[in-house]
Amino acid sequence: MTIDRKYEMARKRQDMAGKVIVFTSAILLIILVISLFYFVASKGLSTFVKDRISLKEFLLSTVWSPDRDIPAVGALPFILGSIFVSVFAIMISGPLGVSSAIFMVEISKKLGQKILQPAIEIFVGIPSVVYGWLGLSVLVPFIGKHFGGLGFSLLAGILVLTIMTLPTITSVSADAIRSLPIEIREASYALGATRWQTIRHVIIPAAKSGILTAIVLGLARAFGEALAVQMVIGNRPVIPKSFLEPMSTITSIITMDMGNTVMGSVWNDALWSLALLLLLISFTFIIIIRLVGRRGMYK
Amino acid sequence: MKSKLYDKIATIYFYVVATLLIVFLISLISYILYQGRTRLNIDFLTSPPKFMEVGGGIGPQLFNSIELLIITLIISVPIGLGAGIYMAEYAKPGLLTEIIRLSVETLSSMPSIVVGLFGLLVFVTMTGWGYSLIAGALTLTVLNLPVMTRVSEDSINSVPNSLREASYALGATKWQTIVKVVVPAAMPGIITGIILTAGRIFGEAAALLYTAGMSSPALNFSNFNPASPTSPLNLFRPAETLAVYIWKVNSEGLAPDARQIADGASAVLLLMVLIFNLLARWLGSSLYKRMTGER
Repeated sequence: MTIDRKYEMARKRQDMAGKVIVFTSAILLIILVISLFYFVASKGLSTFVKDRISLKEFLLSTVWSPDRDIPAVGALPFILGSIFVSVFAIMISGPLGVSSAIFMVEISKKLGQKILQPAIEIFVGIPSVVYGWLGLSVLVPFIGKHFGGLGFSLLAGILVLTIMTLPTITSVSADAIRSLPIEIREASYALGATRWQTIRHVIIPAAKSGILTAIVLGLARAFGEALAVQMVIGNRPVIPKSFLEPMSTITSIITMDMGNTVMGSVWNDALWSLALLLLLISFTFIIIIRLVGRRGMYK
Repeated sequence: MKSKLYDKIATIYFYVVATLLIVFLISLISYILYQGRTRLNIDFLTSPPKFMEVGGGIGPQLFNSIELLIITLIISVPIGLGAGIYMAEYAKPGLLTEIIRLSVETLSSMPSIVVGLFGLLVFVTMTGWGYSLIAGALTLTVLNLPVMTRVSEDSINSVPNSLREASYALGATKWQTIVKVVVPAAMPGIITGIILTAGRIFGEAAALLYTAGMSSPALNFSNFNPASPTSPLNLFRPAETLAVYIWKVNSEGLAPDARQIADGASAVLLLMVLIFNLLARWLGSSLYKRMTGER
């Protein structure tokens, strides 16, 4: 009897210990997010607190000369650069991604599952430096030769990001379309609609929120991508006036300059402020996705 | 009849898009492998890089990538699995669960350069370790944890409830049920997930520039003293990885054959990722077959 009870106690204790361990792991995730925000913010805010640079100057000035005696850290060229390069990329990869998702689910399930799905997974897996290297060794010389300029350009950045965001948009919108009930398709066909009419008037509207989520996720990926973009855009801290001009983004300037600035200098602080901005933007994207997802659930 | 015509045009359009995508991927992969073909030999894979002269290899970088991957997995798999178990088996709908879920989403969409800067601040500067293997591994853990959590949670959720009920009916506690029944049943999915995330860790560069560093000391493979700077076992030495090396060769390549080196290294990196992908696919389906007793 006592042995039984001892065994029972040990089992209970083990049960409790297990719960504590997995709970701690989950809590660790919250701690990580909070410390990420805390540490990046503690460095990023010193531009405004310690160096007394106004938020307005940082966000709206186009003068970036942090190495002068009186440093100017206007980050507008980088902010606009990031917006241009990712928004234009999504304008190409969005329609293409949604089209291939529709192909996978609605047009040819067999080809989609056997060929397109694995292909998309491989696309996702290719490391960003490899995309960057391809952009640098193939795309940049091509643009320079056929369109003029040096080749290092907004256009090169857009094309590299188009390829990199395409798989994200395809797989997320394919999931959304796949989860639609079969009945709405059958109802549409029963009314005599063609497949295209069904796709256009039934499938796409019903999967709207999923497709929107896919596009925001693609945008977030484009916005946060650092090396592949940095390798092909020429890294000049100016707002590009045409698609063929070199430019910079938030991520590219951080990548380039973080290594050769002294911690605590205005230059370095400004880079941390850019990192904080990036953090806030990516958090905003998550909030948008949550709102879209909650509102548009197809029932 | 107009709608029939539109339907045909649309069908053709979708086929064209899908075909273009496939053709593009195939030409991308074959181009990378073709460009790097002359470098896919043992000498390039094992010899150290050279500066200012032709013929350097990627030996230490390749080794560092693998070592970093293993250490990252050793740290992040147990924690991610734990968090996944909590979310799937214990978490009740409510504020706390919602906050954990938001944390997972926030972490997984975090730009890797920002995670790298966090690593620079916390694991490199604050700890005083400098650019090091361990700082790189901890930074990659931050990137990998949300993915690992989600993979484990999904796999555990897909285990049928009848298995749990059978285990409870035999008098097992919740923890015994999880460890002996649920997690083993979820294993095929978890392992597939681990291998796929391994591919992602292997190719990561932005988060490592300022954590594992952009240099690698010459490694002496007969040196087993973990405190020695040339020992492969030393966790506190700078450890440039293959992906970081590709980036560095391009931005400050001093070797005259920088282009060939980058071509070769890209081909190796791509091959590794393809192997991870195929392995995950094959292992996933064969484990599934073994679990379900299907022959």
